[in-house]
Amino acid sequence: MSRLSPERAAVAREIIARYPVPRSALIPLIHLAQEQDGYVAEDAMEHIAELIGCTPAEVLGTGSFYEMFKFHPVGRYVVGVCTNISCLLAGGDDLLAHAEESLGVRVGGTTEDGLFTLEDVECVAACTEAPCLQVNYRYFPRQTSGSFDALIADLRAGSLDGVVPHHGTLARVRQHVDPDRWAASGSAPPRLPDRHPGPALSESAPQPGLPRTRAAGAPAGRPDPPARGADPQR
Amino acid sequence: MTYTPVEPIVTARLGHDDSHTLARALATGGYDGLRRALGRTPEEVHEDVKTAVLQGRGGAGFPAGAKWGLLPGSKFPRWVVVNGDESEPGTYKDRILMERDPHQLIEGALICAYAVRASQVFLYVRGEMALAQERLVTALNEAYAAGYVGRGIMGSDWSMDVTLHWGAGAYIVGDETALLESLSGRRGMPRPKPPYFPAAIGLYDQPTIVNNVETLSNLPWIMLNGGEAYAALGSEKTHGTRLFAVSGHVRRPGTYEVGSGTVTFRDLFYDPRLGGGIREDRAIKAFIPGGGSSPWFFEEHLDLPLDPTVVGPAGSMLGSGAIVAMDETTDMVKAAWRLVRFYAVESCGKCTPCREGTAWLEKIYQRILSGNGRPEDLDLLADVGSNISPGPFPGPGLAPGDKPFAPFPYKKTTICDLGPSAVSPVMSSLRRFRGEYEAYINAATPTTEPAEVA
Repeated sequence: MSRLSPERAAVAREIIARYPVPRSALIPLIHLAQEQDGYVAEDAMEHIAELIGCTPAEVLGTGSFYEMFKFHPVGRYVVGVCTNISCLLAGGDDLLAHAEESLGVRVGGTTEDGLFTLEDVECVAACTEAPCLQVNYRYFPRQTSGSFDALIADLRAGSLDGVVPHHGTLARVRQHVDPDRWAASGSAPPRLPDRHPGPALSESAPQPGLPRTRAAGAPAGRPDPPARGADPQR
Repeated sequence: MTYTPVEPIVTARLGHDDSHTLARALATGGYDGLRRALGRTPEEVHEDVKTAVLQGRGGAGFPAGAKWGLLPGSKFPRWVVVNGDESEPGTYKDRILMERDPHQLIEGALICAYAVRASQVFLYVRGEMALAQERLVTALNEAYAAGYVGRGIMGSDWSMDVTLHWGAGAYIVGDETALLESLSGRRGMPRPKPPYFPAAIGLYDQPTIVNNVETLSNLPWIMLNGGEAYAALGSEKTHGTRLFAVSGHVRRPGTYEVGSGTVTFRDLFYDPRLGGGIREDRAIKAFIPGGGSSPWFFEEHLDLPLDPTVVGPAGSMLGSGAIVAMDETTDMVKAAWRLVRFYAVESCGKCTPCREGTAWLEKIYQRILSGNGRPEDLDLLADVGSNISPGPFPGPGLAPGDKPFAPFPYKKTTICDLGPSAVSPVMSSLRRFRGEYEAYINAATPTTEPAEVA
C-alpha cells in the first residue's frame, strides 16, 4: 500500500528526534505504518528506511522478529485469545475452540468479511483475570463463550468503536514535547554513532544485495537526521 | 507465620479511580520524593538506596543500589532504561503500576536518573499493553507541561528527558541486553555475556542502568521515608514490600502487596484477604512460585516464606512475583506442554540448544498428548532438557521431603535464561508426575497418521 502520509511522516520525525540514534526509532515507526494501513506495507517500509537512514531490508529484517507486526493485511480486529498457563487453567483452550467455531476460522485465519483475525496468543499479563483475550491489544477479561459472542456482536455492530480502534492503533495519544520543555534541545546533546551502521546507499553504485530499488523520487543517500547535530560516522 | 497486612508502598495510590492523573498524584504526595532527591547530591541519593537494599523486582533480584554502583565513574553519556516489557507467564504487577500509577514510575525513573547522573531516560513499555502506553504518554505529556520532566525540573537547574518507547511482541526482550538491542532498533536478541551488566557497556555501548518498573516505583517512598525505614520493613534478608500476582485455581486471583519475606505461600493462597483458598476446596497439586520459568513447588513447600534467600536453596525462584496455583484436577502433562510451547515460540533462535531444544521438547509433548507417545519419550525429554541445562536441574526432589536436586539458578548452554526456563516445567512435572506421562503413553493408540506437530 502506501508510504507514510505527510502527517505521519512529521510524527515520525518527531519520534526520531527523541533518540540519540535515529535507528532506535525503527520499531515505533513500524508501528506508525501499521497504524496507518492496518499492516506494514512495503512502501511504508521503504519510507521508514529513508527516514531512519537504513535499508528497507533492515526494516523488514528487524520488524519480522516481532510478533505484533503483520506484513500482510489482517482483519480490522485482531482477536488474541490467551491460552498460556493461567488462562489454560481457567479454560482458555475451550474459549479458543469456541472462538474458532463461532467465527468460523481456524487460528491465524481471517473471517471472510475481513473483520476478524483470530490468534492463539502467549501470556498478555492479565493472569488474575483469566481467561482473557485482547482485541487490538485492548483487554477483555474473564471471558466465557457467551461473553465472547456478545463481544463479537458488539464489535460487528460498531458499538465498541470508541474503545477498540482498528488494528495497528496502540496509544491514541502521542508523546509530544514542547521544544522549550525538551531538555536536550538547544544544548549540544550526545549524538552517537550507530553500533552497526548499515551499508551506505549511494546513487552511483546501487547495492546489489538490496531486495528492491528505492521508490522513484526518494532521496538516495542516507538522509540527514532530522535534528540534533551531526552523525560522527559520516 | 500469620499474615499481617502492611501499609502499601507502590500501590498506595491505587484506591483512587483517577490514580493515573497528575492531579491525583500531586494531591497524594506525587513528585515530593523527587523534590527531596533534588535537594541532595546524587551520591547521597545513591547511598540512601543502597541502605534500603532495594532488590530488583524483575526476576534476578540484584539490589538496585549495587547495580548503580557498577557504573564506571567517568564515562558519559549514560542512560537509564525502564524495563516495562513484562511478559513472564503469570506476571501482572508491572502492568498495573504502569496503567494505574504512571507518575510514580516516572518519578522513580527520574530519581534513578538523578542519582546515576544519566543523560536521558528511555521508558520501554511492552507492545501489547496499549492502555499502559496511553496512560504513560498522557502522564509524560502532563508532566512535561507542568515542569516535572524536561528542562529545569521543578525550578531547579537539573534537566532530564524521558522518551517513551514501545515494543512489538517478543518475550526475550525482557532480558536486559536483548531489551537494549531492541531499543537500538534491532532484533531483540540477548548479547553474549560477560559483560554481565550493561552498566559498563549498554545502550549504544555506553553505560546503562536497566531497572524494572516495580523497582523504580519504590524510589519515591524511599526518598521521602529514608533507606533505613525501607530496610526495616519486610524480613531480615529481604526488605520493603513486594507485589505478587496470584492466579490459577485460587478463589481470589489478584495482585497483592505484602511485606517482603513476611508471608508464606500458604498465606498467599489461603488467607481470606489474599488468595482466599483453592477453588471448590480442592487440594493443591503444585504451584509455580515465580513465573513460568521457575521450577514448580508442591504441597510440602506451602509453609516457605516468600523470601528469595529461602526459595533459591529450595530449588526455585521468586522471579517476577507471579504465582500460579494448580489444583488436584490439573493435567500436569498438558500444563507443562503449554509452558514449553511458550518458550518454543519465544526462543529468539540465537543459541542452538534453545532454538532446537525447545522446539523438539514441544514436538515430543505434541506426540504424547496426541496419543502417539512412546515409552522412550520420557528419557528423551530429560535428555533434550539436559542439553539446554546440563547437570542436575534445580527443583524439589522426587518425593515430599527429598532434598532438592540443585539449588537455583540453573546451569545453561545458552546466552540467556530462556532455554533453561523451558526445562523447568518439563523436569518439575516429569519428576513428580511421571505416572501421568506414563498413563498417556500406555493409553496411546499410535496411528499411521502423522502426529500434529504444529
